Amino acid sequence: MTALADGWTVARRDLLHWVAQPIGAVFGLIFPVFITLVFGYLFGGAVAVPPGADYFAFLMPGMYGMTMLFGLSATMIAVTTDLDRGVMDRFRSLPMASSGVLLGRCIADMLQSAVLLVLMLGCGLAVGWRPEGGLAGAAAAVGLLLLLRFALLWAGIYLGLVVREQGALLAVQTLEFPVGFLSNAFVAPGTMPGWLGALAEWNPMSSTVAAVRELFGNPSWGGESWVAQHAVLMAVVWPVALAAVFFPLSVRAFRRLGR
Amino acid sequence: MIQADGLRKSFRGKPALDGFDLEVPEGVIYGLLGPNGAGKTTAVRILTTLLAHDAGTARVAGYDVARQPKQVRRSIGLVGQHAAVDEILSGRQNLELFGRLYQLSPRQARRRAEELLERFGLADTGSKPVKHYSGGMRRRLDLAASLILSPPVLFLDEPTTGLDPRSRSQVWQSVRELGATVLLTTQYLEEADQLADRIAVIDAGRVVAEGTPAELKSRLGGDRLDVVVRREEALERAARALSSIAGTAAETDRDTRRVSVPVSDRIAAITAALSVLGEDVEDIAVRRPTLDEVFLDLTDRDQTGGHGAKSEKEAGV
Ligand SMILES: Nc1ncnc2c1ncn2[C@@H]1O[C@H](COP(=O)(O)OP(=O)(O)OP(=O)(O)O)[C@@H](O)[C@H]1O
Ligand SMILES: [Mg+2]
Repeated sequence: MTALADGWTVARRDLLHWVAQPIGAVFGLIFPVFITLVFGYLFGGAVAVPPGADYFAFLMPGMYGMTMLFGLSATMIAVTTDLDRGVMDRFRSLPMASSGVLLGRCIADMLQSAVLLVLMLGCGLAVGWRPEGGLAGAAAAVGLLLLLRFALLWAGIYLGLVVREQGALLAVQTLEFPVGFLSNAFVAPGTMPGWLGALAEWNPMSSTVAAVRELFGNPSWGGESWVAQHAVLMAVVWPVALAAVFFPLSVRAFRRLGR
Repeated sequence: MIQADGLRKSFRGKPALDGFDLEVPEGVIYGLLGPNGAGKTTAVRILTTLLAHDAGTARVAGYDVARQPKQVRRSIGLVGQHAAVDEILSGRQNLELFGRLYQLSPRQARRRAEELLERFGLADTGSKPVKHYSGGMRRRLDLAASLILSPPVLFLDEPTTGLDPRSRSQVWQSVRELGATVLLTTQYLEEADQLADRIAVIDAGRVVAEGTPAELKSRLGGDRLDVVVRREEALERAARALSSIAGTAAETDRDTRRVSVPVSDRIAAITAALSVLGEDVEDIAVRRPTLDEVFLDLTDRDQTGGHGAKSEKEAGV
């Protein structure tokens, strides 16, 4: 119980940050909105979309996935900053539940991502995207997106705790783009060279984005392969598997701070 | 209150603490002195449960740091080498946050924050974000945050590094008023001299000398007689005269035209020096050795060793 209470206290620190710096809180929106505008209005006419589909109807689920993906470096930044500033040491020297530190990060980042997602959905509605799969479908789609974020959260915590070199953060931020582009978020994996297309189809991002398109009732590529056929299943399996790997790794890395 | 026996800690096979012993009685302000890389921070991190040690035992406020970390954390305050406060939050919000994590109720945390802001002269700026604070204000906030539970034992790792003399004496004043047992590391010998009741000098991971500042100074052997001569030509004659008065070789510093020898009978030495050198004397004084001289004497011997190179590198930062 104290773990939960301490976790909430630690998370509240982030909420207070948002009040103090509202721009910083929605910083995570800059890239997805920017990419939406660039792709939607500049490249929109040039990119192949599923037959008869409006580009935004196709693009937006990909952008929701990207918003979650960018959370990886956001989490990593938060963890590294606390380590560098000595705030992590301060927390660790307090008589609080030690799980409260990571729990707090988890609560704060999930809340922030939920807010960002709601704002992105608003942007989608503004450019003409519509959910057409009913309320249950929409709720499931949002749930799967947050599930992906949850998995990336633990990956971000782990990386933030263990990678101490300068520039690692930049590397992760830079890698988010190829990971995003090497998926079905913007183009059909079928149009990529064979091995690259297979890689893109097995990208966890692709499973989530395909499942979200399906659940929102938006146009999608379909696809012949097994992963493409079982998008919703894989959109659950991938994040759960990632979390199952990175959660214990993060806990271990946190304990190892004392080595 | 703080007790360490044979603490050892290695990082990738390189010993940072190599049989570290320490005994700090209740109510004492204890200074830990040592060159860069001597192991001061490592010792503080182990004693505050932030770091696990490889061998030895340590007890703080009666609790074993390895086996009872929770109890230790409830009894200590820590001010680390870098101010560990949230930059975006205000001073008040910081203190309330940490108060809550010390398991105070929201109301208690708020009241305690007000008290501490008042006491550390931060009441006016309590609502401003910490990033607008000066270095001294930040340090005081850091100190306030470590005092939320009025812990009986306080650890301060270089609490005044980077502060101007005025902020420094403010921090000293606060530490003196605490009445707690304090372990303080510092690079400033003057700080140890002013603040600490006892001092341990640590080098290459072990304590090489321990005692009150006065005891450590007398280890270098009694008082010293300094004579400054009017003309450089008189230096040699003065050195010969002082050497024969003291019975040991005198040290000569050409730049300041100063000759210095250790003496046992202060008055006799001054009288003898004045009668021999007469008109040539510009200034004459008897003084105790400074802590700087003690420190250099204790830690300079192995400057050619592995950590000597590190000290030089870090000194330039
Ligand atoms: N986390 C770490 N990983 C590897 N080596 C470390 C680590 N922490 C300390 N060391 C090494 O242990 C030795 C002691 O370091 P420590 O920080 O305790 O010295 P210090 O006396 O506090 O020095 P300073 O005056 O520079 O603060 C140094 O050689 C340092 O390089
Ligand atoms: Mg140090």
